[in-house]
Amino acid sequence: MRALGLLLILLCSGVAARAETLVTSVSNHRVLITSNYTGTSIVVFGAIERDAQTVSRGTGYDIVVTVRGPQQFLVVREKEQLGPVWINREQQKFPLAPAYLGVLSSRPLDEITSPQLRQRQKVGLRAIINAADFTNERAGADDAFREALYRLKAQEGLYLEDPRGVTFLTPSLFRASIPLPATAPPGAYAVEVALFADTVILARTTTDFELVKTGFEEQMGVVARDWSALYGLATALIALFFGWLANITFRRD
Amino acid sequence: MAAPAKGGPGVQIYLPIAEMPVSVLLILGLGAAVGFISGLFGIGGGFLMTPLLIFLGIPPAVAVATQSAQIVASSTTSVLGALRRNALDLRLGAILIAGGFVGSILGVWFFAAARRAGQLDLVIVFSYVTLFTIVGSLMLKESIREFWTKRRGGAVRPRRRAGEHAPYLGWPLRMRFYRSKLYVSVIPILTLSLFIGFAGALLGIGGGFIVVPALLYVFRVPTTVVVGTSQFQIVCTTLVSLILHAITNQAVDIVLAILLIVGGVFGAQFGARMGRNLRAELFRFLLAILLLAVGLRFALELVVRPQEPFSVTVQETRQEARQEARP
Repeated sequence: MRALGLLLILLCSGVAARAETLVTSVSNHRVLITSNYTGTSIVVFGAIERDAQTVSRGTGYDIVVTVRGPQQFLVVREKEQLGPVWINREQQKFPLAPAYLGVLSSRPLDEITSPQLRQRQKVGLRAIINAADFTNERAGADDAFREALYRLKAQEGLYLEDPRGVTFLTPSLFRASIPLPATAPPGAYAVEVALFADTVILARTTTDFELVKTGFEEQMGVVARDWSALYGLATALIALFFGWLANITFRRD
Repeated sequence: MAAPAKGGPGVQIYLPIAEMPVSVLLILGLGAAVGFISGLFGIGGGFLMTPLLIFLGIPPAVAVATQSAQIVASSTTSVLGALRRNALDLRLGAILIAGGFVGSILGVWFFAAARRAGQLDLVIVFSYVTLFTIVGSLMLKESIREFWTKRRGGAVRPRRRAGEHAPYLGWPLRMRFYRSKLYVSVIPILTLSLFIGFAGALLGIGGGFIVVPALLYVFRVPTTVVVGTSQFQIVCTTLVSLILHAITNQAVDIVLAILLIVGGVFGAQFGARMGRNLRAELFRFLLAILLLAVGLRFALELVVRPQEPFSVTVQETRQEARQEARP
């Protein structure tokens, strides 16, 4: 049954790919973190190209942009009351969670496509977080942990969903602005753009950008990792020096 | 374009290891405030700084590792000052360090065991609560009694009467500490330092808040010498832990460290100056209140229903390591 469904989707998308193609790019493939970096935003833009035979669609197009940050091994723990104290009892591991997850679309997702397709194609934050392979299933016990992960990450601005994040400049030209908070970690970010019409995916493209530390910030990272003993000694010497300097400066005799 | 980052007003600077921006003024102020308390009481102040940094959103590993740099700086200032005033017992300090080193190794081992059991948080909070409330209330009781006797016009009990010693101070291996006016067995001192090293490694603190009351009440060392000696012990142990943190966890953020240090050395300077003018019993009273307050805060964390029962911890950022591999 499931295989049949999959085959059907494959066929559909195969047919569709011949009709519409998607061309996308991001404003910046290498985003630099400098000493005054306080977060940024990346613009994704794209065009929908149609060949001569493509029938015009009555419903119009919709775009869903999904941005995934570097992968992290996350553990979500729940505090429970044990006697008079609250302690961490249960935990749920998320071995491959993206550090950043942004879903931007041209319309609310439930207007674009069906819940079944969203879940199967992992369209939308909830579909990604509730996917079977996102964490180990524990017969419903994992739901609260998935929900908590979403809530806590959303509070930090690291998981977000914007149903009006994609704007069409012309019927076939669109742009979206991906907000990156300062706490989004450096690393590789994958940007997946999906084109929808009449609840089905017509085309998909992926592009990416990299968030990297530069100059002083990068060098410090490298030194701290590759010359850790030297780095530690240097920090210690700086601390001792400042301590001595303060002693000299504030001496009263 | 981006919304102002959380972490305070004013100029923001990006921390290369913590990988987030912070407000320069806020961190300088934090360093100064904790430095003041550190200089005043002769404690490292790590037990105040670490929770504050974590509250600002700095990853716990970076917070613990980096604040040790600030402790080194502010304690160095105090030690140099104490050396000049001859308010430092090097011999007593050396014994504290020797025992502390062994204790640290045991503490690191216990730390790993608690983490394997998944209850490190509980162990840490529980240790904070017990240590701080016990040490704090003992000190508070003592200072209230002191105030009381003074108000009634009675003579304050002399710090140390001839022949009035706890029996364990007279155990074998006695040693003479001239500066501290002590002639005691090294066994209780070593035991104390072992315990401090253990607690320090477990809680990521210098242990000054245990050394100070212990030297004051158990060994009856003069207040002036206590602060200098405790700071000396703190400099040495924290230096070692700073370098170890840099090597094993690579979690020392040099930019954050310098900001904290600059704020801290100023604060410590004023704290130390004020500490010298403080009456001894008031000094002990204030320290007792501080310890009790911190202990209570942790106790509340343990018993009050948390607003958010869930928490997320990052075990590892995968692509990050691959990304940063040099070409």
